[in-house]
Amino acid sequence: MTKFINGQELKDIVDGIIPDAIDRAEETALWIKSPNILDVCTVMKTNPKLDFSFLTAITAVDYVEHFELIYHLTSMRKNTSTVIKSRCSGRSQPKIPSVVSVWQAADLQEREIWDLMGIEFEGHPNMKRILLWEGFEGHPLRKDYIG
Amino acid sequence: MELNLDENKNLIHPSMTIPLHETTWDLDHQEGGYINHLKSTHTEALAEPIIEVPDDLKHNIAVTSVDALINWGRKSAVWPLSFGLACCAFEMMASAMSRFDLARFGMEVFRPSPRQADLIIIAGTVTWKMAPAIERVYEQMAEPRWVISMGVCATSGGPYYGSYSVVPGVNHIIPVDVYVPGCPPRPDALLYGIMQLHEKIKRYSIKRKAPKQL
Repeated sequence: MTKFINGQELKDIVDGIIPDAIDRAEETALWIKSPNILDVCTVMKTNPKLDFSFLTAITAVDYVEHFELIYHLTSMRKNTSTVIKSRCSGRSQPKIPSVVSVWQAADLQEREIWDLMGIEFEGHPNMKRILLWEGFEGHPLRKDYIG
Repeated sequence: MELNLDENKNLIHPSMTIPLHETTWDLDHQEGGYINHLKSTHTEALAEPIIEVPDDLKHNIAVTSVDALINWGRKSAVWPLSFGLACCAFEMMASAMSRFDLARFGMEVFRPSPRQADLIIIAGTVTWKMAPAIERVYEQMAEPRWVISMGVCATSGGPYYGSYSVVPGVNHIIPVDVYVPGCPPRPDALLYGIMQLHEKIKRYSIKRKAPKQL
């Protein structure tokens, strides 16, 4: 079992490198302002104190007034894990920077989130549907989707 | 209840403290002895077995109709396509294994190519994204060809009925001969469906394509 790094510990490290990127820190997660997500993720992977080399999962939640993106990270060398979150507002065209350049594993997961939730990842090399077919109308995991 | 550990120690059989290879020593010797016996006595190759046909059967003539003969041939060797979509496929595999044994019906050869298959068992949920592939595979099969819809997902969408991604019944894509209900159907149910298909094939006629109605 990995040791969980809480948000406050992360905040202390990240704040020293990228000031003003963090929304708030909680016991269970670190909240990041959505335009800064790529910079923070780069620090998460490259900083030797953090060393989160492995992206376990990206997932998204629809809270109607905003979307929430959750990144589960694991460090293989330090045997630690953590969770970082970000909010993304606007129902018509929600956008957030892609982290494919940091973790290749984000490629398919970001495509799945685009497919089912309709959140666009800016800078993704291949932003197209993955599970549904091209020409499908709407994004079916949204709360306001009527199938 | 409290466990008495000393009492539990006595429950361990004394033989378990002996290393495993020593406990099977006698058995190994017995087997080795038999192998040596085989080796010393079986020095010549055996002749192939000959099945004798009794004289009174040698000159008999069988009379049948062309329909019955062709249908008998078709129904006795329906080769299914190895094609599974979801969990129903495991029940399909189970019915091909030794416990249920599809080979009893001359069906043990699951063909990897649709060109060689007579039957496609739609075993699982058919999504709209899979639909073109199913249609194509069906078109690639040589006629006469049959379709079994296995499980409620393939039959009507089942628990996914009304979903944005699931076809409400594979009969929207290809014509189906036999429907097998269940979620998933047990191998017995699939075998019964296959036997029903055999009954259907028996009613085909070379004069028309569709089988005679009961």
